[in-house]
Amino acid sequence: MNKLTALLNWVDARFPLTANWKAHLSEYYAPKNFNFWYFFGSLAMLILVMQIVTGILLTMHYKPDASQAFASVEYIMRDVPWGWLIRYMHSTGASLFFIVIYLHMFRGLLYGSYRKPRELLWLFGMLIYLCLMAEAFFGYLLPWGQMSYWGAQVIVNLFGAVPFIGPDLSLWIRGDYVIADATLNRFFAFHVIAVPLVLLGLVAAHLLALHEVGSNNPDGIEIKKKKDPKTGIPLDGIPFHPYYVVKDIVGVVVFLMVFSAIVFFAPEMGGYFLEHNNFVPADALKTPAHIAPVWYFTPFYSILRAVPPLFSSQFPGVMAMGLSVMIFFLLPWLDRGAVKSIRYRGPIYKGALAIFVVAFLILGYLGTEPTTVWGQFGQWLSGADRATVVARVFTVIYFLFFLLMPWYTRIDKTKPEPERVTS
Amino acid sequence: MRKLLFALLLGPFATFASANELQLDSANIDPHDAISIQRGARTFVNYCLNCHSANSMRYNRLVDLGLTEQQIKDNLIFTSVKVGDPMSISANRKDQKQWFGVEPPDLSVVARARGVDWLYTYLRTFYRDESRPTGWNNLVFPNVGMPHPLWQLQGIQAMKIESEEHEGQKVEHKRLVPEKPGSLSAIEYDKLTRDLVNFLSYMAEPEKTKRSQIGIVVLFFLLLLLVPAWLLKKEYWKDVH
Repeated sequence: MNKLTALLNWVDARFPLTANWKAHLSEYYAPKNFNFWYFFGSLAMLILVMQIVTGILLTMHYKPDASQAFASVEYIMRDVPWGWLIRYMHSTGASLFFIVIYLHMFRGLLYGSYRKPRELLWLFGMLIYLCLMAEAFFGYLLPWGQMSYWGAQVIVNLFGAVPFIGPDLSLWIRGDYVIADATLNRFFAFHVIAVPLVLLGLVAAHLLALHEVGSNNPDGIEIKKKKDPKTGIPLDGIPFHPYYVVKDIVGVVVFLMVFSAIVFFAPEMGGYFLEHNNFVPADALKTPAHIAPVWYFTPFYSILRAVPPLFSSQFPGVMAMGLSVMIFFLLPWLDRGAVKSIRYRGPIYKGALAIFVVAFLILGYLGTEPTTVWGQFGQWLSGADRATVVARVFTVIYFLFFLLMPWYTRIDKTKPEPERVTS
Repeated sequence: MRKLLFALLLGPFATFASANELQLDSANIDPHDAISIQRGARTFVNYCLNCHSANSMRYNRLVDLGLTEQQIKDNLIFTSVKVGDPMSISANRKDQKQWFGVEPPDLSVVARARGVDWLYTYLRTFYRDESRPTGWNNLVFPNVGMPHPLWQLQGIQAMKIESEEHEGQKVEHKRLVPEKPGSLSAIEYDKLTRDLVNFLSYMAEPEKTKRSQIGIVVLFFLLLLLVPAWLLKKEYWKDVH
């Protein structure tokens, strides 16, 4: 027995190193038919690590102080060696995190990955998504530009629409009567430690749940049902390491090419990743003419704006926005389809999903623009803003996708699932 | 496919947005032209840096442009500040607020906030307006607080509103006409403002040209890395059927 094996045995007698390596990597059997959509889980992990590392480096020069925050970011961009690169990696990483997570979630919708027995896996994933939204929201205040400031103002004021306790609630969140130094400091604390801690815990739970039930696949069938009688290994499973490790490396390299193209050539992404107005320092006395959240929140922001106030209270809009996010939690119980994967679903689900994607994208686009962007209808609609009417229609469609799901997935004409996975 | 759908759906509407806004002139700057940026820096320290600061920009950063620290000291610094100091101003912010109605903003990153085309157009569309306290107004920044700082160079312009019938609707055009010539010709003045905007753009992100150079190397490296990554995957997956 050589020295290395002896060392490993010494560790294994005290810590389940080899056992964990096997359970989660070399003897974790994943279906062999993963396609393009299965890259985004590992990519999300990569971005998480990247955000944490670049984030730690940024805190070394960033000043969470209302009078210094804006200048300290510019200091990082100019005077800190390679500071611009770290900052752009962090800002680009934030947007790409959402792109990757949206694609990851869309994969779930395509192949029914949230269905039994993966309901908890989906719920952990949704909690991760909520944490991510909180993390992005808190982080966006830190550069202390006009959009940081007024975006935070708008979102915190939403809590003011809650009946009875609203005004006190938003005051409690801000820690001041306006967004101010106290707000910046607490958002900094949430952004750099509180939310990331929860996020890491949830990611661990997400992975444990995944490795307990096993991965779904593009056919939406359970590979554990067909095992080799001798070894007990699923016939359609291959060990995650080395097969999916080497495959994911290819995905990582391609992802890094996209990532680098943005970081080095278009870090502002035409004002979508870094908004132009955020290069103006926050000014509590100057409200920008057009306040828009960063692109990843805009579908929900559109829904907020689309819902008309009731008794001059914005609360229905706030409720609708909250529900539009929360309703994803219910997916495992809304879907009554006989099959999981889009490959064997009938035309109704395929159509519904396509319409939902269009609704999500159009709501997202409209959220980045003022409601006057498409002009007004004529007198026959009493001159209503075209964009508002369109947003209302797609808001209804957005919710119908979920609310009608128990019905239309049940009556849909599905095809029979195969016994074994197809390539 | 979805992208295409998106474009098809939204394409026809996209033009509504900017129909009524003033068309900005293209600044057409060359960020690699260090001489142009140097000229812009000279205009900046002479005409802008009295009221506006650029607190994030250090004088000696300009060595990027091929200047030596001695050249910077001799040509661009008129006060007792050190060459490593930022481009700050000593004007009293309260006084400034009283004079102009607003504190003149710091210009370190103004090019990223406004865009170069806006700045280029803005600096060329000041006109005489007796109704304003300063006597000046601007086409892209109506009721601007700043009087025209370069009027001796550009001369004085007046605004003419021309209205014409267009498909039954009355359309108004705002047009600027020269009233009194300045010390520069129109072409020379455009060049001066273009250089100034080039400097403002450089100052807003001094690393910009360097970052795209590094980007090419990084992408090239990743492209090379893709080859062994792909071959490794292919080799391992040979036995998966």
